[in-house]
Amino acid sequence: MRKLGIGVVAIASTAVLLAGCAGGGSTEEADETTDGSGAVLTVWTDENREPAIEAAAAAFEEETGAKIELVQKNFEDIRADFIAQVPTGEGPDITIGAHDWLGALVAAGVVDTVDLGDKADSFEQVAIDAMTYEGQLYALPYSLETIALIQNTDLVGEEAPATWDDMVAAAQAAGAERPIVINTAGQTGDAYTMYGFQTSFGAPVFLQDDTGSYTTEVGMGGAPGEAFATWLGANGANGTGIISTTIDYDTNNELFASGQAAYTVQGPWAIEALTADGVNVTVNPIPSAGGETAAPFVGVQGFYLSSQSENALLAQEFLTNYLATPEAQKALYEADPRIPAWSELAEEVSSDPIIGGFVASSQNGVPMPSIPEMGSVWDLWNAAQVQIIGGADPVSTWNQMVADVEAAIG
Amino acid sequence: MSVPQEKAAAPAPQLSSPSLTPRGESHARNWRGIGWGFVVKLLLMAVVNAFGIMAAISAVRAESWLVLSVSILLLVAANVVYFTKRALPLKYLLPGLIFLLLFQVFIFVYTAYIAFTNYGSGHIGSQEQAVNAALIQGERRVDGSPTFPLTIIERGGEYGFAIVDDGDVFAGDADEPLSEVDDAVIGAAGNATEVPGWNVVPRAELLTDQALQKTVQSLRVPVSDDPNDGSIRTREGTTGAVYESTLVWDEDAQTITDTTSGTVYSANDRGSFVADDGTALTTGWYVNVGFDNFVRLFTEPRLVQPLLMVAGWTFAFAILSVVLSFGVGLLFALIFNDPRVRGRKWLRTLFILPYAFPAFMSALLFRGMFNAEFGVINDLFFFGAEINWLGDPWLARLAVLWVNLWLSYPYWFLVCTGALQALPADTLEAASLDGAGRFRQFRSIVLPLLLVSTAPLLISSFAFSFNNFTIIYMFNNGGPAIPGAPYALGSTDILISAIYDIAGISGGAADYGLASALSIIIFIIVGAISALAFRQTRKLEEYQ
Repeated sequence: MRKLGIGVVAIASTAVLLAGCAGGGSTEEADETTDGSGAVLTVWTDENREPAIEAAAAAFEEETGAKIELVQKNFEDIRADFIAQVPTGEGPDITIGAHDWLGALVAAGVVDTVDLGDKADSFEQVAIDAMTYEGQLYALPYSLETIALIQNTDLVGEEAPATWDDMVAAAQAAGAERPIVINTAGQTGDAYTMYGFQTSFGAPVFLQDDTGSYTTEVGMGGAPGEAFATWLGANGANGTGIISTTIDYDTNNELFASGQAAYTVQGPWAIEALTADGVNVTVNPIPSAGGETAAPFVGVQGFYLSSQSENALLAQEFLTNYLATPEAQKALYEADPRIPAWSELAEEVSSDPIIGGFVASSQNGVPMPSIPEMGSVWDLWNAAQVQIIGGADPVSTWNQMVADVEAAIG
Repeated sequence: MSVPQEKAAAPAPQLSSPSLTPRGESHARNWRGIGWGFVVKLLLMAVVNAFGIMAAISAVRAESWLVLSVSILLLVAANVVYFTKRALPLKYLLPGLIFLLLFQVFIFVYTAYIAFTNYGSGHIGSQEQAVNAALIQGERRVDGSPTFPLTIIERGGEYGFAIVDDGDVFAGDADEPLSEVDDAVIGAAGNATEVPGWNVVPRAELLTDQALQKTVQSLRVPVSDDPNDGSIRTREGTTGAVYESTLVWDEDAQTITDTTSGTVYSANDRGSFVADDGTALTTGWYVNVGFDNFVRLFTEPRLVQPLLMVAGWTFAFAILSVVLSFGVGLLFALIFNDPRVRGRKWLRTLFILPYAFPAFMSALLFRGMFNAEFGVINDLFFFGAEINWLGDPWLARLAVLWVNLWLSYPYWFLVCTGALQALPADTLEAASLDGAGRFRQFRSIVLPLLLVSTAPLLISSFAFSFNNFTIIYMFNNGGPAIPGAPYALGSTDILISAIYDIAGISGGAADYGLASALSIIIFIIVGAISALAFRQTRKLEEYQ
């Protein structure tokens, strides 16, 4: 008798709890498929872009009745999480991402193609090119980013130096403590920041074919690469010492903001730190060190579609009809001011001299390679540059690095 | 309810009152019905059951049968254990056992499983997903194809498209190419709203029915009888365009054929579609590769050489870290255990401070302090000389050891202080009466007795240092790089941070299978050394 009583109480209380759970659960919602309010699109975003996507989502939710669920993540984590979770069915329908992830995403088979139709013409060509992989468009681009030469106008005026030597001379004439600070991420190396100078010697990381797509052929070897390495060594610890491995991102910005350096090479994201102490700045394209045009990397960010999305039609609809609109692009720009990929908007915001300077720099630039092989390059490339700046023999260190990269990408 | 009342003494309706239990008798042997404890247990078990059933339901939805069976098994076990009177020890052990199973055993088994696969870049999903991805990548919009307003239509369970081209409506489905439909109505948006012979699918239904979305997404309506003209597909359900597919999947033959070049890609047992000339499709799937990853670790020259180098430093780092920090900690403990030192309590507190600070923060701070040009260490201790601590391999190793010493000696200081205070005072007194000097006392009595209690801690500290990823990663990320080393390994990389580099987890070509294999090897090394060392410490106990 007693035992039975316990059992009944146990079952009853479990049932009550379960009923409570079920009431708020999703089982009921799943049945309401006909009135248009049951569908949920999951979108991964980072903190900066969240408010802007929310604005675009509001219109979408109102017109279609579907819901947009924004999941906020660290931008650095999104790539690995997306690759790991999409195949298990746990991934989002749409994610924000950088264009240089594209090769890895395609190799993992986690992204779907996007058809922008006639709207593709509204975007900057370099943005569409960057999001194109083997002839297919895989994402809706929305912003560009690149680095440029930032100069202290109080010290060296607004005039853009044409070459590295002109720049150093101008800085020395102005009596700056350091002519230029360049971030090398300390002992880690930062080939990204150095790339403009490298391309001015005619040594691209990978060669491009006729259509502009990157091949897997390393372009850093040979005489141009050796010339760049020699230049790097000549400005390192055993030479002029202008480029030093003691500079990391924060040191770089602090030295410039305190007026000790006349020039720096940085991206728009650092402007706030660089001008924090009231230094007046102008943004110009990166000067040439080796004679050719300095072409920094251009990064493009955009929205990818999951290949395993359960709501593929809805997701495409949101991308092409709600995010690819002037209003949505403007909202994205205002929430996180980067150079817009939407051409009209880019023209509009170029009236701001700082943004205009970065736009000018991006017009010299090349898209960062999005082929998966690029991932195997960074560490070796960064390390070789640091060694050369630190005093290692430039030519042999550089050639060893090129050989290692070629071995690593097989 | 009546039974216990009959048994109880006359004025005692309060069941849980301790005065009712005869002294010296366990309540477990003389249970008196439902008390508050039982109610709490019931509520807790209700919560546990609710969560268990929730997990089971979501496992069913995700069609993950392993998770389903494990959660049902655990749930039944929990109910049986807590609702029977037997199995008393299990009542205490079960929660711990379940956590051990979930967070240790499961992770280890899963790592072992991954070690036998080629899971990594290009081999992430199943074969079906790889085929799906290949077909996506092989389908292109025909150059110059206009975008047509499109409507989803249905006839007898078969779905089709109706497109509007120059005011004419064409309809068709997967089997029947597009053909013109008379008397169709075109709405304000330019799409067909009524198509005779077909039912127009309402947009609300399309957007919310996932199965229908999938059908529409994969629906291809041929433009004409000639397959080379391509077919209409839609991306979002309101517009369509002409697409051509270049890849065809043959499930029986397990091949993908490129119709433009005639190349046949066959599925191989390494999880890729490979053509006769060796070219492979970008996307593969993951397969079991047996002991391949382990064989690669020991035979591939590109891996063996750097791994041996790194393994050497890992042992040096782990041993030196333990010995140095134990030595310094013991020295301070001896000094501050001496009653002649004044203000011992304050000094002890000061010396423990580095231990109270988060280790990764300290590592980051030290990175700044060791900066050759701006670092406080060169400025204060070396008269501003630009000593390149982080750029020179040996100086960097020294710096890492120093930082690790700074972080870990307070631990040994604490442990040794405690152990010293527990030493038998009479033994030491007897030794000093026998004329033993301070050093002799330390060597023959204090140290052996101390080692009995600290040796197991020393072993676990070794295991921890062996895998101390945080300090290496935060302090200098393994740098400076070894010139010409593959995988960008650095002079201070230990095995665990080398795995991080080699596996490509930080970006680039990830190889999780190889990384798992290597971490299993590390587990075996640490396990074997710990087992041997514990066996040795038993000898120490002879002193007691």
